[in-house]
This record gives sequence, C-alpha cells and structure tokens, in this order.
Amino acid sequence: MVATFVSGVAKEGSSVHVTNVTKDFAAKDRTNQRTLALDGVSLSVAAGEFVSIIGPSACGKSTLLRLIAGLDFPSSGELRVGSEVISGANAERGLVFQDPNLFPWLTVRRNIRSGLVALRVVREKNHEVDEFIRLVGLEGFADVYPHHLSGGMAQRVALARALITHPKVLLLDEPLGALDAFTRMQMQDEVLRLWQARLTTMLLVTHDIDEAIYMSDRILIMTPRPGRIDRVISLDMERPRDRSHPDFLRLRSEILQLLDFGRR
Amino acid sequence: MLFTQREVKEIADANERAQATSTIARPPESQNRDERPVEKVRWLTLLAVPFAAVIALGLHAFAAGNEPPAEALLYTYFLSGLLVVALIAVVVQSVWAGLRKWMRDSYPLIAAAVFCLVGWELVTSVLHWLPLPYFPGPAGVLLSLVNDSAVLFDSTWHSLLLLLGGYTLGVAVGLVSGICIGWFPHARYWGMPILKIIGPIPATAWIPLAMVLSPSAMFSAIGLIALAVWFPVTMLTASGVSNTRASYLDVARTLGAGRAYLIFNVAIPAAMPSIFIGLFMGLGASFLTLVVAETVGVKSGLGWYVSWAQGWAEYGKVYAALLIMAAFFSTIMTALFKVRDHVLAWQKGVIKW
Ligand SMILES: Nc1ncnc2c1ncn2[C@@H]1O[C@H](COP(=O)(O)OP(=O)(O)OP(=O)(O)O)[C@@H](O)[C@H]1O
Ligand SMILES: [Mg+2]
Repeated sequence: MVATFVSGVAKEGSSVHVTNVTKDFAAKDRTNQRTLALDGVSLSVAAGEFVSIIGPSACGKSTLLRLIAGLDFPSSGELRVGSEVISGANAERGLVFQDPNLFPWLTVRRNIRSGLVALRVVREKNHEVDEFIRLVGLEGFADVYPHHLSGGMAQRVALARALITHPKVLLLDEPLGALDAFTRMQMQDEVLRLWQARLTTMLLVTHDIDEAIYMSDRILIMTPRPGRIDRVISLDMERPRDRSHPDFLRLRSEILQLLDFGRR
Repeated sequence: MLFTQREVKEIADANERAQATSTIARPPESQNRDERPVEKVRWLTLLAVPFAAVIALGLHAFAAGNEPPAEALLYTYFLSGLLVVALIAVVVQSVWAGLRKWMRDSYPLIAAAVFCLVGWELVTSVLHWLPLPYFPGPAGVLLSLVNDSAVLFDSTWHSLLLLLGGYTLGVAVGLVSGICIGWFPHARYWGMPILKIIGPIPATAWIPLAMVLSPSAMFSAIGLIALAVWFPVTMLTASGVSNTRASYLDVARTLGAGRAYLIFNVAIPAAMPSIFIGLFMGLGASFLTLVVAETVGVKSGLGWYVSWAQGWAEYGKVYAALLIMAAFFSTIMTALFKVRDHVLAWQKGVIKW
C-alpha cells in the first residue's frame, strides 16, 4: 500500500480513472430489450479528493459505483485505480450502501473486524478494531447485535467496517439517505473527520444537494438515463462550511437550476 | 445570539448521550424479560399437584380391588411419593426462588397430567369401558415399566446409538450437498434433479432394497435414517445458501473476501435459520424411520421392543415403551432446540421464538 505523508496526514487515497464507460443490462425476461444505464461516462478523481455525484433517480449512479467497486463489469470502456485496471472487487475499494447491511449474526465488534478476517490479518491488526470502535463512538455497544442499534449507529458501524481495511477509495452510495436530518448532519461531520484523518479518496452518491456542497471538493451532475456526466462543479470554500453562507446558497440554487428544479 | 458555541455543543452532546441510552439502543442486559423477580405463586397453583395426587390416591383406593395386588401396591407407592414430593416442594418454594419460578410455570401442567392418570384409571380399572388386554390401567403399565426396566433401558440405548449414527451421517452429508447445491451452479444443475426425484420417496420405502444390499440390518438402518435426514437438510440448506442476500455478499467482496469467506462466513451463517428448519424436519423423519427400521429389520431398540411385546400380547409393556419413546424423542428435540437457541442467539428480538 502506498502511503505518503503530507504534513503529518496519512494519505491513503488513490486516484480513480473512468474512461468512456458504457453499461447496458440485458432485460430479465426474454425480450431483447436492453437498459442502457451508463453511456460513455468519463471521470477522474484525484488521490485524496472528495467527489460527490448527484443526478436524477435511475441515471446509473449506483451502477457506476458498483463498476468502480469491481462488483460488476462495464460493457465497454475502462476503469482504473491508480494505474491498475479494475478486475474485480477487493479491499482497496470499500463500499457503503444506504442500508448499512451489517451482518446480523455478528456483534458490532465482529462486524467491524470482518474485513480483517477476510484478509486473514486479524492477528496482526486486531488492536485496530477497538480504535475504530472508538473512532465511530460506539464503545458501549461493541458486543451488541446489529438489531439493537439505531439507524445512525448502524451506519457508523458500516463506515468503520469499510474503513478498517484501509481502502484507497471509499464509495458511498447514499449512505446517509435513511437518516433523520439531525443525525444526518452529525454523520456528515463524522465522515469528513474520517476523511480528513486519512485522505482516503471519497466518491459519494447523494440526493441531497446541501450534503454535496457541504462535503465535496467537486460535484458531478449526471443526466437522466442513459447516464452521462453533465456538469462538473468545483468548490473551494473553506471547511467547515457554513450552510447559510451566501456562496453556499448561491451554489445551491445554481445546482437546482441545472437539475431543472429552479423553474416555476 | 441565543447560545454560545460552547453551549450549543453541550446541548448536542447531551442529546447524543440521551439518544444513545434511549429505547432504541438499550444495552443487551435489560433485554431478558424473564429475569424479573418471581413474586408469590397463587395458592391455587401451589396446591394443584397435591390436590390432584390426593384425588388420584382416592380413586386408586377404590379401584385397587379390581387390580392384581402387585400392580395396585406399586401404583399406591408411586402416587404417595408424588404427593409427598409435591408437598415438600410447596414448603421449599417459599425460600427458593428458582423452584418457585419453575412451579409457577409447570405445576398446572403436572396437575393436568395427574388428572389424565385419574381419567385413565377411571375408564380402565373402575368402569371397564376399554377391553383387556389391549388397554391396561396406569398401574399395570407402571408395573411393566419397573419390571422390564433393564430391557427397556437397553433398548433405549440401542435406539439412541442407531439414531445418533444415522442422524449424524445424514446431517453431515446433507450439509455438504446442500451447501454445494446452494452455492455452485454446476452442483445445482446436476444435484437438483437427483434431489427432486429421490428426495420425496419416504426412506422406509427403500427397506426391501436396503435388506438386499447391506451386510447387516444395523448398517441398513443407519443408512435409511441418514437418507431420511439427508433430504430435508439438503433441501433447506441449499435454499438458505442460495437465498443469501446479495448485498451481504457484495459487502464481503468489497472487504476483500475470497470464496471460502463468502461461503463459510457469509452464506452459511445467513442460511442458519433455514438450516435449522431442515435439521428439525430431518429429526422428525429420523424418528419415524428409526421405529420402522427397528420393527422390521434390527432386532433391538424401542421399535423392536414394542412389536415384540405386542407379539406376546403384553400391552402393559407396549405402553411402557411408548412412554419411554415419548420421553426419549422429546428430550432429543429439546436438545436440538437448545442448540438452535445458542447458535441463533443473534435472532432474538428479530423474530418471534
Ligand atoms: N442488475 C441490473 N439488471 C438490469 N437492470 C439494472 C440492473 N441494475 C441497474 N439496472 C438499471 O440501470 C438503471 C440505473 O440503475 P441505478 O441503480 O444505477 O440507478 P441510480 O442512479 O442509482 O438510481 P437511484 O438514485 O434511484 O438509486 C436503472 O434503470 C435500473 O433499472
Ligand atoms: Mg442508487
């Protein structure tokens, strides 16, 4: 793992390059209908960058993340992490979904540890489990089964589980979508804190424009299906960002207009 | 400004603490509702068993004249013993909370069982509604149980060996084949038709073939029990494994899981509830097959004892063996429930038990 140190911060991230990727799905029934989910998508994310993707429903955002995760393969085009072509899922690219998808048969501690077990490094890295439990503030709940957790707590466990293998890229598919507004804002800060500590490359899919503006270095806006990258918006506001700052609000209405919601 | 930065943070922290200790996320200790202290047991409950025993003794005193003296005496001892133990328990429970809880839960049931004995003695020894020798009274069955206890114990032991041998073999093979069929598409393609054709045939239908093929009745019985267990275990393991939620597998893959991890640490735990249904169905099938196999092939065990006793028209022994069988099978069933409760502890609170 390449870990460079920039002013004392472990920079664990690595760049992501998506070149001209198309993905179409065969219909499940025997009709020859095919769904073109992604149509010539190209994007580059720098190492340690925080990029958000927003776009209308069914424009292929989840499909794109699955391709980058290596859970699925493109119909054409190429995906690379650093200089390596993506050929399947591995621990270099973590994925967190809207549903935390914790393993219900494992306690919080064992859920967080499962990545280490899968990589067979439990013995060497077991001490990190407690660090991560502390990092996401679940000290009292280490030996609890997931169904005792609230939605926000479960999502924190999912984050810790995805981070313990030190992925170079963390893919977040609407991870905070199911949370109430208050917990959601808390978790946004938490994700930012985790990101700033590690500079893991972050790719966040969200429906929440405020969230995208609050968190990202760049926002990619996708078109309705077949998905294409329509616009790229770079943000250079200082963090922590003020949600009521005029710049913030101006960007917000700009994006709303781009997404066609601004008109009367 | 209404609050300073610091105050806002303090409020937020307090909120978070309150949330963390609120109802959604209670620590696990407070989950168990059975742990509450056992309050006093009602007198009606406490006296149910002694009362039933007294009634039983009264009826028996009336019926004893119709019964052989040995039977009548033994049954009197039995009921008196029951009465004494029940009365002692009533006294002891006032100082022993564990016993109190047990009594509250089981005394009504035990009393009902004693009343069943009363009803049984009434229709057999007192009213003679049921023809002898097919329907002996409880006293006769108890005497058979005691007199033949050595043979009964030996038969139970043989049944246990046969059952455990066949069940273990069937479960082992069933788990392996179920996991293969559930996970590997090739195994599914070739295995499913075999499963669908051979599985539904009752294992006992193979008895003629098993007798021809196998060198000893013992082996063929174990094989038949294993076959009976194999089908439901395979079926439910396969369906559990193949229905593993795809998102669990996806998560595991992005954590760096290889095939072994996906099978053993994701698919199998996810399939456990389904696997246990297969284990229970298999256990039921194994009881049936055991008794039939013992009756027609193996010359030992409880199934054999029943048909042997019936051959001599000793129906007291038949019922004695049936009682033992009931206790034997339900003990094994309970043991499997215990195993399930332990393995599936994570489901507590998710589903109703
Ligand atoms: N496995 C699949 N088989 C067939 N079609 C699929 C599959 N996965 C996705 N699709 C189709 O691809 C399109 C894009 O789906 P995707 O889930 O990527 O959308 P999305 O942008 O994530 O939407 P949302 O914002 O609602 O989550 C949809 O039309 C969907 O029906
Ligand atoms: Mg999606």
